[in-house]
Amino acid sequence: MTLAPGANGVDVADLTLINLTKSFGDFIAVDDLTLTIPAGSFFALLGPSGCGKTTTLRMVAGLEDPTAGQIMLGDRDLTSLKAFKRPVNTVFQSYALFPHLDVFENVAFGLRRRGIKDVAGQVNQMLELVELGPLARRKPGQLSGGQQQRVAVARALINNPGVLLLDEPLGALDLKLRRQMQIELKRIQTEVGTSFVHVTHDQEEAMTMADTVAVMNMGRIEQMGAPVDIYDLPTTRFVATFLGQSNEIEGQIVESSGDELVFSAYGQRFGVPASRSVVDQGPAYLGVRPEKLGIVPAGQADSVAAQANQVSGKITDTSFAGVSTQYMVMTSWGDEWIVFEQNRSASQPLRPGDEVVVHWLVEHSFGLSPQV
Amino acid sequence: MATTTSTPVAATSVSTQRRPRTGYLLLLPGIAWLAVFFVVPIITLLITSLQAPVPGRSGVYTLGFEVSNYADALSAYWPQFIRSFVYASIATILALLLAYPLAYFIAFKAGRWRALMLVLVVAPFFASFLLRTYAWRTILSDEGAITSFFNALNLLPDNRILNTPIGVVLGLTYNFLPFMILPLYAALEKIDPRLIEAANDLYARPFTGFRKVIWPLSLPGVVAGTLLTFIPASGDFINARLLGSPSDSMVGTAIQVNFLQFRDYPVASALSFILMAIILTVVFIYIRRAGTEDLV
Repeated sequence: MTLAPGANGVDVADLTLINLTKSFGDFIAVDDLTLTIPAGSFFALLGPSGCGKTTTLRMVAGLEDPTAGQIMLGDRDLTSLKAFKRPVNTVFQSYALFPHLDVFENVAFGLRRRGIKDVAGQVNQMLELVELGPLARRKPGQLSGGQQQRVAVARALINNPGVLLLDEPLGALDLKLRRQMQIELKRIQTEVGTSFVHVTHDQEEAMTMADTVAVMNMGRIEQMGAPVDIYDLPTTRFVATFLGQSNEIEGQIVESSGDELVFSAYGQRFGVPASRSVVDQGPAYLGVRPEKLGIVPAGQADSVAAQANQVSGKITDTSFAGVSTQYMVMTSWGDEWIVFEQNRSASQPLRPGDEVVVHWLVEHSFGLSPQV
Repeated sequence: MATTTSTPVAATSVSTQRRPRTGYLLLLPGIAWLAVFFVVPIITLLITSLQAPVPGRSGVYTLGFEVSNYADALSAYWPQFIRSFVYASIATILALLLAYPLAYFIAFKAGRWRALMLVLVVAPFFASFLLRTYAWRTILSDEGAITSFFNALNLLPDNRILNTPIGVVLGLTYNFLPFMILPLYAALEKIDPRLIEAANDLYARPFTGFRKVIWPLSLPGVVAGTLLTFIPASGDFINARLLGSPSDSMVGTAIQVNFLQFRDYPVASALSFILMAIILTVVFIYIRRAGTEDLV
């Protein structure tokens, strides 16, 4: 059953951060962050550890006081509200379930604190949603990691928060369970219609679950958008390498002819659409995703379309992974490139030592500024 | 212990046969120690408590079954029993009130000072118990700053602390405080501080969060600390002797006087046994009530 956003009594509103800053001594953890998380969306804050994503989440939860800036939920200012008064709930990293209370009481905790006497109906309904009904009387210590995770989600969601904050909620689970919980969380989010703000360092997790991903680095948001869009067209070198993998060439943009730019490096010329480049002249980086590349033996270079971008090199490593083969290619100027090739032909994979030509369509290139 | 017949599966598995035996071996030194220095004296004490006096010879007793020794001991010393448990209870409560915030601070807020603070908690043990209690005579003396201060406020019923029940209770509280702090610290230190944040996040005000999460999780430490304070405090005689007046004497004092001055060994032993029985009963009820086995 899918409920429209706003059902289940959820007070849906946009979460807005305005010039939010947090510094610890000299260290600026969150640097002048301004962003809006639309009501009912699944939003992922993605970044390496220490990028400020957890600090941001903790400020929204009220567990950390901002140094400057504002936190708004709809038109309510949360900034100076104590954690226990905020209409926001958190799923903690490693869950922080109350070990002395059973599953039922853990889930009922928030309701009881708000003076609600008859909790059984709501708690059972919530346990139903996370499929934990039969385990209501177990203690957290008697549950598996995945079950504890669901208790943590139920315990937060039962309060109908304006925003549900998830701090690396799947970090403690093994890979298989993590995949399962990703789907589960996505289902729950669709069902209750609450905004989810999910903090993670796992780019795949962010891309599969979120409607919107914000890539954070050094306290700032590098790029924000739908996963497909930022993957396809990263606008900074950090995003290009943190979100998926990228091959890069350092060079200059030397010419602009209509909607195509000409990029020159190591005596070769490459094309990049003007709409896919953040710089239109001077020093730049050209990037391309590994799965956009084709690879042919040097002898068959004529078969490559003349207008395609080409790089010649030598294979240094071949790893066969069933559906695809990953090649490491040393370019003629000594960079290591990654190429993913779908195993669609019956022929044998190329071997290390083979001379090859790597090629790609101009419209798959993207141009980046040399600053990291 | 080693005479238990081997289980049928033992033939197939060497390890299952060996493990229990090693376990018993590890118990051996402890059992031997307790047998010689605890079981034998206890039996001797029990026998002594039932001995009968030899007519005409003071301090000499013969084997007997004088249950009346117990009745005599109780009827002569019931005020001491009551005082012992009242003083020990008040001291235990005071120690808990002092120790809990301190242990909480060390566990959650002390940061890098944690190790130093723990050392300071046990530091008094470097000086002898007797010496420290003597020092309290000076601290609480009638001319001392503390007594003068409270006298100025007119808060002392007898205008003094030394040689009053207040002195005894203060001494007991002080002397057994570390035994309260350490188990409390051990219990609090195991609690994940994020539980406090989780409680806050779920609409619990700081005090409610404490009452609903931290307090129940620290109960094993509270139980251990109160027992480690209450039991030795109720049997103590040094504090009553040095900081109280003769009319503040406790059971410990009565036992000591009967053994060493009156040489009435049967009554002294009977007192010891009654004290032991009462403490065991209290502890049993207390642990049952606190329901520690139900806690994680």
